[in-house]
Amino acid sequence: MNEKNNTLLIYTLLYFGFLYVPVLFLPIFSFNDANYMSFPLAGFTTEHYEEMWSKRNLHKALWASIKVGVVASVVSTTIALFAAKAFARYKFRGQKISYGAIMMPFLIPEIILAVAILIIWVNLGFKLGLVPVTIGHTLFCTPFAMLILIARIEGFDFSLEEASRDLGENAWGTFYRVSLPLYLPGIVAALLLSFIISFDEFILAFFLTGSDATLPMYMWGQMRFVQKLPHVLALGAVIIVFTTLIVLLAFWLRNVGQGKGKKDIAIKI
Amino acid sequence: MLNLWRKLYVKSEIIRAYSLLSPALVLVILAMAVPMGLMLSFSMFTQVSMMEIDYTFTFQRYIDFFQKNLLVTLLIKSIKISFLVTLITLVTAYPVCYYIAFYVKKNKMLWLVLLTLPFWTSYLLRVFSWKIILGTKGVINSSLMNAGILSEPLTFLMYSETAVVITLTHAWAAFALLPLYVSLEKIDFSLIEAGRDLGLSRFEVFWKITFPLSLPGVIGAILIIFIPTVGDYVTPALLGGTDGRMLSNMIQAYFGKINNIPLGAASATIMLATVAIITIIVSNVTKRLTQRLT
Repeated sequence: MNEKNNTLLIYTLLYFGFLYVPVLFLPIFSFNDANYMSFPLAGFTTEHYEEMWSKRNLHKALWASIKVGVVASVVSTTIALFAAKAFARYKFRGQKISYGAIMMPFLIPEIILAVAILIIWVNLGFKLGLVPVTIGHTLFCTPFAMLILIARIEGFDFSLEEASRDLGENAWGTFYRVSLPLYLPGIVAALLLSFIISFDEFILAFFLTGSDATLPMYMWGQMRFVQKLPHVLALGAVIIVFTTLIVLLAFWLRNVGQGKGKKDIAIKI
Repeated sequence: MLNLWRKLYVKSEIIRAYSLLSPALVLVILAMAVPMGLMLSFSMFTQVSMMEIDYTFTFQRYIDFFQKNLLVTLLIKSIKISFLVTLITLVTAYPVCYYIAFYVKKNKMLWLVLLTLPFWTSYLLRVFSWKIILGTKGVINSSLMNAGILSEPLTFLMYSETAVVITLTHAWAAFALLPLYVSLEKIDFSLIEAGRDLGLSRFEVFWKITFPLSLPGVIGAILIIFIPTVGDYVTPALLGGTDGRMLSNMIQAYFGKINNIPLGAASATIMLATVAIITIIVSNVTKRLTQRLT
């Protein structure tokens, strides 16, 4: 279509405003020198950011979130990589059902997953804590990681792997030297995005952490007290900047070498 | 034995496929299917006292659910809120996707990244930012009062169904945009041109060609918003007050301070059944609609 449509353009820009402006209030008020979040702004301060250094519980929660996020993203990406390979490479009976089953955690309300895991965990006699949270997050991240990886592997020329096998390389060697370098941008993108999903996840953590708070749980606890809100705003602003950077990196990686990849490899071989 | 297995593995594609799938399937079975099965059986038990549960099977919890006005009201309210959120998101997001699919020529990728980026920022913080905007001393009220337009804050903004609907619409928008965009992008533009050449009006072109062809994206968007919002906990808890409470808040209470795990499990099962029924209805209706329109 060559024509322009200014009405739609203006509407689209307004919609972007609706998406972005609300989130911007967090950083704005995090520099405001007052306990209430209202206009007019009271003056500029970085005090709320400095406050974060002294909060012991915040550091503990941050560390908990990092541990859970790293384990959940590594495990779910590994599991998803195998599954993605199966779906991209083979046609087999039960393919649709298996795909549906693996996508399920993404399709049912999270609170139901949380409740179900809570019931079984407590009845097995285990203590609530970061372990069931990590299990829940792994379950929840796997479909995301799989979608990213299937998109990456789908255009893959599997004759490259066959060539490697024919030339005498064993299965691990083929994976390590041929497949892995080609999948790598997708794998890193899946790792980063799974980490962010786990890092920001609230409901599963809310039901399953017990007393070991993750970062979203910590923020939830602080949100109830007006005088503690400013440092939650500062923390929120930092988290938003950090997640945005990671997600942009993941998006960039996901597209890197897509389409061009085959040529590069052909030259190397 | 190992040799036989290796031979089978090399020969049979289906065995190779399922070996690759097995970790994912084991995860889904152990961490989802089995726990949900157990949840289903707990919904048929009875909570005797704080620590004690009677394990004889009964359907009493489901009868309890439908006899408690509060629970039925909350279920209906959850469906109503999700329905509104889905409808508003679809109507407002469709033109945006339409614009990007048909009018944007350069840097389409950048537009898409910008659209989906807010979805990746913490859900809790996105909801919280609406508390800042809608609160009694929040952005809207303080601005209006400073400008002299209001003398007292608008109270209906916060702790209400309206607050929940607005916030959820914002929180799940990015989710709706992707399937809509993908289905619009796939449309062969020569079909639209053909329609115009045959003398159809702009509205007819849209209603008879563009919209029916984008229906798969519409179904995708409906399900992807409706399912999670029915079970949303954070937004009603932070912004709903008593007016905007939803079923999830009660489910949480049954597992928390009320401590009636069987009734909580029954409520969760009913929520799951609702989601399943609505998924079936939506896909059937859209299938019929597609057949009639194309």
